[in-house]
Amino acid sequence: MLVAGVDVGSTATKAIILDENRKIVGRGLTNTGANVVKAAERAFKNALEEGKFEEWEVTFIVGTGYGRYKVPFGNTQVTEIGCHSRGAHFLFPNTRTILDIGGQDTKAIKVGADGDVKDFCMNDKCAAGTGRFLEAAAGVLGLELGEIGDVSQMSESPIRITNVCTVFVEAEIMSHLSKGRKVEDILRGVHNAIAGRSIALMRRISLEDEITFTGGVSRNKGMVKAIEEKLGMKLNVCSDSQFIGAIGAALFAFEKVEHENNTHSRH
Amino acid sequence: MKITLIAGIDVGSRTTKAVLINEAAEIVARYSSPTSVRLDAVGETAIKSLCPNGKKPSYVASTGYGRYQVRNRDIQITEITCHAYGAHFLYPKTKCVLDIGAQNSRAIKILDNGRVKTFKMNDKCASGAGRFLERVANAMELELEQIGEMSLRSADPQVISSICAVLAESEIINHVTEGKKIEDILMGAHKSIIDRVTALIRQVGVESEVTMTGGVAKNVGMVKAFEEKIGMKVNVHKDSEYAGAIGAALLGLRRLQKQTANN
Repeated sequence: MLVAGVDVGSTATKAIILDENRKIVGRGLTNTGANVVKAAERAFKNALEEGKFEEWEVTFIVGTGYGRYKVPFGNTQVTEIGCHSRGAHFLFPNTRTILDIGGQDTKAIKVGADGDVKDFCMNDKCAAGTGRFLEAAAGVLGLELGEIGDVSQMSESPIRITNVCTVFVEAEIMSHLSKGRKVEDILRGVHNAIAGRSIALMRRISLEDEITFTGGVSRNKGMVKAIEEKLGMKLNVCSDSQFIGAIGAALFAFEKVEHENNTHSRH
Repeated sequence: MKITLIAGIDVGSRTTKAVLINEAAEIVARYSSPTSVRLDAVGETAIKSLCPNGKKPSYVASTGYGRYQVRNRDIQITEITCHAYGAHFLYPKTKCVLDIGAQNSRAIKILDNGRVKTFKMNDKCASGAGRFLERVANAMELELEQIGEMSLRSADPQVISSICAVLAESEIINHVTEGKKIEDILMGAHKSIIDRVTALIRQVGVESEVTMTGGVAKNVGMVKAFEEKIGMKVNVHKDSEYAGAIGAALLGLRRLQKQTANN
């Protein structure tokens, strides 16, 4: 038996396939782009291809993320908050706090010992503290989003970013550049600014060890380091961190199938 | 006879505006140019352009975020005060001023003599500022100067739900790919900014007459959206963009006259 989870984020769409032992047997990742339905199909197809499966082999599919209602082949939907909790608990069972930094929003989730959501708070009103903030900084500096984390780690004297608004930070970066400040120092300042906002968000739900970092921004090593240093605590990060929402969705799919099997066998 | 001339220089985050007035408080020259990253020569450049024959004004008053960078200034005055006096000069019955600049917006309540009674401002975020419009124009590959006019053709404005200028940009791109009309998206964006600044002006209390100042006052779509939102006509002058510089020059003139009287 196979189940799948598809996490349609604002920037990237992720898909995960689990087998009957809850082992990850397929991963799919694609840019969401303008057509959300196509992105969901593409990510799912990529995951199928990786595991060399056919679509009919997948018993149940759960959609999550902001575009979860646009997964036409999904059997049901679960919120990304629920999926991130379940997914983080699966990868790191001692998770009590999740920091999820996505392309357009940031969430702090408090998780119970069973992997259930206890509390959460989020910022989806403003790009400050989200992946878009990093994207804007990379754009102004003419760098790729994938490289700025590493560059930031070379900094010896980080600058302090004083603006909150992403639009104004772009201008602030330009003015630092014109004053001859080093790119790595500017970038470290940008990472520190997001770290500060993330920690403030986590403190609102009472930050508790262990902390698992999820979402696309968790792939950025400079970001991990900036948060760990500011917080004085370690973060759980693994190569599947970006897929945690999709993993959680697939786990919900798994439970759904098990539940139905049990119900039927009782009759 | 020596002619007394006073320069008012308003160094904004996007544009530097300056005016030259005479003793009768008549505007005799105007100057407007993009503010460069390097501000050290901003005052000299403005004055050179205002007085092409090499004359020096008797008094220089600076305002705007870069007012301390105007090296040849005699005085610097906050932009709130300057916009209040500038708006009062253009429309003496002004009670409320809405100044929308590139990076901030301000609502100012003024007294009958042009003095500031109270004010509210947003300079923390681009949501209610001209930069928002700039982002919109860029995202749609249009010129900032043309989007106001284009928005007027809208019959069915699209709602932009994001407050944040950066997130609104993605929303706008989605509207474009869904094939929504350009003018409807543009009017939606204009309305979104007006919602923010109206919240600001309601905090000081909307009272007729309302005068719009700052660079964004040149945008006819913004003026229309604002008038519809507050349900009254607003004053917009061809010199609205210079209101800050005019206010600075007028206050400079007053200061100069006081100095002369004391001597």
